[in-house]
Amino acid sequence: MIPMSYYLILSSLLFSISLAGIFLNRKNIIIMLMSLELMFLSINFNFIIFGNYLQDLAGQVFVFFVLTVVAAESAIGLAIIVVLYRNKQSINVDDIGRLKG
Amino acid sequence: MNIELIVFFIFSSLLVLSSLAVILINNPVKSAIYLVSSFFFSAVLWLLLNAEFLSIILILVYVGAVMVLFLFVVMMLDINTTEARDGFVKYLPIGILVFISIAGILSFFFYTQFSDINEDITYSINIIGEDNTKNLGYVLYTEYILAFEIAAILLLLGIISAITLTQQKSISNKYQNPSEQVNIKKSERLKIMKDKEEKL
Repeated sequence: MIPMSYYLILSSLLFSISLAGIFLNRKNIIIMLMSLELMFLSINFNFIIFGNYLQDLAGQVFVFFVLTVVAAESAIGLAIIVVLYRNKQSINVDDIGRLKG
Repeated sequence: MNIELIVFFIFSSLLVLSSLAVILINNPVKSAIYLVSSFFFSAVLWLLLNAEFLSIILILVYVGAVMVLFLFVVMMLDINTTEARDGFVKYLPIGILVFISIAGILSFFFYTQFSDINEDITYSINIIGEDNTKNLGYVLYTEYILAFEIAAILLLLGIISAITLTQQKSISNKYQNPSEQVNIKKSERLKIMKDKEEKL
């Protein structure tokens, strides 16, 4: 039997690693997207753990929907990166401050 | 120490190491490969939690589709990796600070709140049978049918927006520009010359 806190600590470690990855790779927008994927993975871990703990299948159903949304999100994000690279010849985040919002 | 705990420790340490490699390695292709391996390790951990359908979906959908898309984009773009690394050392202290503080707070909270729970969380939830896929499908098509259809529409939206974003106008095709056609002035097209020798 695996204690529940081990799984929760693993998912929090994964979340903080991906958050640190967003801070470290400020220049490379592709690695930022990969860190985002890791963050979604840790959230999915928490959904499954708490779903099993509460003995409710809703946790696993929500993981299913999160996977759907993340697939659509990463497809659109990568399309935006491709268009950005075509226009500016760079994917450096510092070059994207064009709108000055 | 039972076999489940040994498998858990092996694969969770591999998962943490490969996710560290994703954010620390310079080359985007290599970090995509490490991301694939971390998805594999977490699929094993989800199997331990009795979520068989989701672990298969993670490998099929994520490794099979999304990560291949990532690799395609990484290989299509010609990225200067040394330039992309500028500021890594500059942001390293704040990255470590963020990592330690968030990991410390979350682990402390989860450890103090849930360490005394002795229930078995590798428990399979049975509604209409022992099969995880069957149970998940039953719930998905009865209780969550509206959300399921909205997810389908969302995927359609993803297809349409990705295609329209990346579609290029082909050079060989001829296009009309209606605003230019409407805004044309008479003086740009017609030149009135005087006939000085009055031949006409």
